[in-house]
Amino acid sequence: MSITVEEVKKLAKLARIALTPEEEQRHAETISAVLDYMDVLNEVDTENVELTSQVTGLKNIVRLDEIRGKDSQKELIEQMPLVKDGKLAVPAVFEEN
Amino acid sequence: MNLNELTIREAKDGLNKKDFTSVELTAACLDRIKKRDGEINAFITVCEDLAMKEAVRADETIERGEAWPLTGIPFAVKDAICTAGVRSTGASKILDNYVPPFDATVIKKIREQGAVLLGKNNCDAFGHGASNENSMYGPVRNPRNTKKVAGGSSGGSAAAVADNMCIFAVAEDTGGSIRQPASFCGVVGMRPSYGRNSRFGIMSMASSLDTVGPIAKSVDDVAFLMEIMAGNDKMDATTVSDAVPNYVEELKKGVKGLKIGVPKEYFELEGLNEEIKELTYKKIDILEKAGCKIKQVSLPYTKYAIAVYYIIVPSEDSSNLARLDGIRYGLRADANNLFDIYANSRADGFPEEVKRRILIGTYALSSGYYDAYYKKAQKVRTLIKNDFDEIFKKVDALITPTSPFSPFDLGEKIDNPLALYLADIMVSPAAVAGVPAMSVPAGENYSGLPIGAQIIGPRFREDLVLRIGKELEKN
Repeated sequence: MSITVEEVKKLAKLARIALTPEEEQRHAETISAVLDYMDVLNEVDTENVELTSQVTGLKNIVRLDEIRGKDSQKELIEQMPLVKDGKLAVPAVFEEN
Repeated sequence: MNLNELTIREAKDGLNKKDFTSVELTAACLDRIKKRDGEINAFITVCEDLAMKEAVRADETIERGEAWPLTGIPFAVKDAICTAGVRSTGASKILDNYVPPFDATVIKKIREQGAVLLGKNNCDAFGHGASNENSMYGPVRNPRNTKKVAGGSSGGSAAAVADNMCIFAVAEDTGGSIRQPASFCGVVGMRPSYGRNSRFGIMSMASSLDTVGPIAKSVDDVAFLMEIMAGNDKMDATTVSDAVPNYVEELKKGVKGLKIGVPKEYFELEGLNEEIKELTYKKIDILEKAGCKIKQVSLPYTKYAIAVYYIIVPSEDSSNLARLDGIRYGLRADANNLFDIYANSRADGFPEEVKRRILIGTYALSSGYYDAYYKKAQKVRTLIKNDFDEIFKKVDALITPTSPFSPFDLGEKIDNPLALYLADIMVSPAAVAGVPAMSVPAGENYSGLPIGAQIIGPRFREDLVLRIGKELEKN
């Protein structure tokens, strides 16, 4: 199963990654090779086989919904790329028309 | 012998007997880093001042007779694991200036036992790679031959231990990232069972496969570290509450009477280097002489492990790495609208392989392909897991080579991602099944490069893996 440059562009848009035309070309080639290799799985009969999403068998691990980490507020703010009035400044989500 | 060459056990002995101080031991490691790391590139960050301060404090603790199990022992941490107050980049530029406000649970446990943090090890960015060439801080070179790769993704950790820049290291293994570089550099590295050690504070790659484990100079040291690192953590709901065995004590039981399986799929693999095969068989002979029963076994789904692994990992990757978007922390690119801020921050902050994995994952999880890729891989994962569960009803552990080939040249496989994915052929099956596995040195090839043997055990039977490793190390 190979994928085209157009499909790579679509994936990059979904994944929010800007790619150069050279990168798009290279990803289309290398990802096609990887997907071709994945075809080997079609040899396996998986009729009536359960899915494995985890291996420990643990179920319903719950905890109290408590506030924690209040002590590290200062350190967390220091990690923010842009701070205004002690709060995280984010870019505008809606554009003006 | 220089102080930086000591094992944990030897260093502890010397510190307790006051043969030397932690300041001297730490300075010896820092000197070695200064002398060698320009060439090897095993560290992204060295925290010299912090390390010397911690060493002074350790010496005071020892002086008062209050030493903890690791007091004064210098260690290094893979950069994809968070360390409080010490820059943790994950070998990516998107986190170039990131200083975590907290320690990963395993790091907290180790630091609480008195260990001295030297710095952060280079790795493939977010653990993506098998050659440590996908770091945005340059590749790691193999200390034995600097034209060769150190392996990956924890190449910096294995190289730092092998080159005596630290006494031990803490790293992360999703599909072989501890074991393969440990084998390439000639040191001991263990991937614990999934659920044995807390993953809290490691930069998530594939959440259903990620594990944290030690890299050290001896099996004794790995056993000792596992006792400290293992256990339930309320910050990681996937850790089990089973009691942590006394692994060091377990080592004394030896290997007599153990049944060891030799899986034919690993030894009949096309492309398995003959020297590596011979050296692994020599190790099998040693176990037989020590009273183990050797049995030929088969794990028929082995050949599908890479395909399963490289669907599940990028899928979980693409979702985990979505959090790195330039908004709350890390690099934020300059752009006029929100979409471009996301897209440019991620374009500048991730190396090519990370982008590739995110794209593959986005593809495998997208509507119309989800059943054919992700779901199919999860079903075959069940069959691989069953293979191991069945085989461990017949044998106590398995022995295989760690890698089908010895360390390769830098640049040799970098243009062919699939070839590099296939490097994980021996190490990914145990990861997919979630069982523990360890690489121990198995000698050198004709060019003097290290070769590793891998021991795989049943889930939560690290004790068996360690006992067998100890026997192999003696010979």
